[in-house]
Amino acid sequence: MKATVKIKETLGYAYIYSAAAIIFIILFVILFDITVKGISVINWEFLFQSPRQGMTKGGIFPCILGTFIVSIITVVFSVPLGIFSAIYLNEYARDTKITRLIRIAIRNLSGVPSIVYGLFGVALFVDIFNFGTSILSAGLTLGLMTLPWTITASEEALKTVPKSYREGSLALGATKWQAIRTNVLPYAIPGIITGTILGLSRAAGETAPILFTGAAFSLPSMPSSLFDQFMALPYHLYIMSTQHHDIEGVRPIAYGTAFVLIALVLLMNLAAIRIRYKYRKKMKGRS
Amino acid sequence: MNDQFKMNAKDLSVYYGDNHALKNVSLDMRENSVTALIGPSGCGKTTFLRCLNRMNDIILDVQVKGKVKLDGEDIYSPDADIVDIRRRVGMVFQKPNPFPKSIFENVAYGLKISGMGNKNEIRDRVEKSLKDAALWDEVKDRLNESAINMSGGQQQRLCIARALAVYPEVILMDEPASALDPISTAKIENLIQELKKKYTIIIVTHNMQQAARVSDYTAFFYMGDLIEYDETKVIFTNPHKKQTEDYITGRFG
Amino acid sequence: MENLEITGSKITSSRFSISKMFKMRRGYITDFLIEKFLFLNGAFAVFVLFGIFSVLFINGVKTFDDVSLKEFLFSAYWNPTGFDRESYGILSMVVSTLMTTIGAMIIAVPLGIGCAVYLAEIAPQRIRDIGKPIVEILAGIPSVVIGFLGIVLTGPIIAKLFHINSGLNGLNGSVLLAVMALPTIISLSEDAITAVPREYKEASMALGANHWITITRVIIPSAFSGIIASIMLGMGRAVGETMTVLMATGNAPAMPHSFLESVRTITATIAIELGEVPYDTTHFYSLFAIGIVLFIFSFAVNLIADIVLRKYQEVER
Repeated sequence: MKATVKIKETLGYAYIYSAAAIIFIILFVILFDITVKGISVINWEFLFQSPRQGMTKGGIFPCILGTFIVSIITVVFSVPLGIFSAIYLNEYARDTKITRLIRIAIRNLSGVPSIVYGLFGVALFVDIFNFGTSILSAGLTLGLMTLPWTITASEEALKTVPKSYREGSLALGATKWQAIRTNVLPYAIPGIITGTILGLSRAAGETAPILFTGAAFSLPSMPSSLFDQFMALPYHLYIMSTQHHDIEGVRPIAYGTAFVLIALVLLMNLAAIRIRYKYRKKMKGRS
Repeated sequence: MNDQFKMNAKDLSVYYGDNHALKNVSLDMRENSVTALIGPSGCGKTTFLRCLNRMNDIILDVQVKGKVKLDGEDIYSPDADIVDIRRRVGMVFQKPNPFPKSIFENVAYGLKISGMGNKNEIRDRVEKSLKDAALWDEVKDRLNESAINMSGGQQQRLCIARALAVYPEVILMDEPASALDPISTAKIENLIQELKKKYTIIIVTHNMQQAARVSDYTAFFYMGDLIEYDETKVIFTNPHKKQTEDYITGRFG
Repeated sequence: MENLEITGSKITSSRFSISKMFKMRRGYITDFLIEKFLFLNGAFAVFVLFGIFSVLFINGVKTFDDVSLKEFLFSAYWNPTGFDRESYGILSMVVSTLMTTIGAMIIAVPLGIGCAVYLAEIAPQRIRDIGKPIVEILAGIPSVVIGFLGIVLTGPIIAKLFHINSGLNGLNGSVLLAVMALPTIISLSEDAITAVPREYKEASMALGANHWITITRVIIPSAFSGIIASIMLGMGRAVGETMTVLMATGNAPAMPHSFLESVRTITATIAIELGEVPYDTTHFYSLFAIGIVLFIFSFAVNLIADIVLRKYQEVER
């Protein structure tokens, strides 16, 4: 009897260790493959010039620029909304039906598939609002998609501020908003920034919401207004690897694009982690 | 208006949901004196204290009935200015809670949110408050350092200075020394004796010896009721109610 | 500077009383307006959710002017641009989605739970410190990159392994969707496991059980609802994924009969056809109708996960 138990246990541990190892290996393989095959394409020209000869030569600068610009719209739209919503939920909301409804809505919004956001963006921004396929439509669509994330991240940040700050301020004669503005928000800002950067890194990598709301593969010139179409890194990668007329030939460029995209995402993640780390140190009392 | 009584509570009742935490308490608190509120855990003394500056308002699902008068005016009347009441009736909490700002900014906080803009006035007021809280000499050379690095006793005196800065008239203290070592406790008790010359002080304490040392009047609470209220020396040497005597002599905790 | 003398509660000053000084800023009206403003921001999320559903619904129902609901739900032929007869049956794409999702779960659930147990209970602190960021980074890898790897890396491997022409099929999709769902399952399961009160663990050990028995008989059962919730949410992610399946599964609209055949999921169908479809045609509306199906599914998955989590928290009390 004891022998079978011991065997089960050994197998069990083996399973657990292999599971963890496989995860690490998966990430390693992903990063390794993209880096090794992508980095050889990276040079100054690649990063700062436009594509030439039907995307078979040249660089991906317009994609980097496009992703950057559309991300700004995303941030401008979703961050203030997210912060204010979080302040309401954490500081003012009581446990009423409306509050519960709001929380359910937020949770569901974060589960809505990205292509459905794309559908919504096409119907609302491109069609009804008549913005057409543009940076604006795509940015707003991405902004809506990012909103549940910024709300949740901001709320988490507000929760880490000790209750005693709020009580202490009120007891000194502050109004509720004064207490929040002067003694709660300032300490939540690093957490909010961390959450924003992480949300932004996800938005930058999304393709489905921008597929039909503004992204284009080959544009003759850089966008000059918010109502122009734009090139974007994830969309570029998608077309390069599935619909280009010389898929095999441009494979290196595709790898390069993937590398830039991953590098961007990684950098943002690292920046967010660093801010979170410094912030935690500060809150622990070393001024 | 009653000149002698700074604050009066009349038929004050507090409900947390269904829990009747404070039952019809009436208590008159004399100006420029120290009134101690004693009783076992859960007897309602802190609940009573927090009614005096309407800090119970921020708790969800709470109901307050009755009146609390400050200089004769009911602070629970619909047109009472809650924010100004909280300035006039200051509070020091059980666990010292300095803000993660500099020592100077902590004391100046109440002044700034109340609209005092003149930097010189603020600086003078901060200095005076720190002096009144017996902390100035220890911190005058490091006003810009973070308040979090101070010892517990210093932090608590900082919180007192912070409350003093906004010209309060009454100071509420919720077990101010319970988290501190004996030396800091003694400093705070001496400070209280000084402060009562200018302010009216109401202090909750679970330490009976402290109540006997520090206060002029003592109120004994038990399970939400005010059992007895009299001059401190009466309560501790010759109480009228048996329950009071039992508590004082330690028959129950 | 004025000499302000404080005697009791009376203040003597040569200029103005203290109360008046502090009445200078009266923010009551501002505070009220601010609260209302903040409420509107909060309520915005409800409007968005409602808006998405409305847009889907209003456009989607127009499909059924031309197409019967029965055909839509139960026919396996999706051919809106067919020459002879247009057909709008979603059965094939539903089956494709279910296939790839279930395939993904078969891979991701054991791996995910195992990894979560490792991180939460077995890994030394140093590994735990890099483990969580690793999972976060994996979560942050864009779906288009995973899809790309499906084309250049896993697809060819599958083709070689099974001696077929192209590796862009349901199996490829399942593997990649598993990679996308894993971070969700790992981090939520890990949260559920670490949330198990230490008292349970200590009680078990004190009764003579070793670590392994404690894990399997005490900790995992206690964390069970949290783990189920994580699986549901991971499944939601897999169902809603677009780019990965779009790039790596071949996109043949016919009903698949095995994992080694090309499949086309619900999400891929929308993504492929939305770009070419003219506005305000039945075809256009039908894509929104598919969107409703997708929306309902993710709504249901979230609801179940929510209920499971809520029951879990109640039990803990």
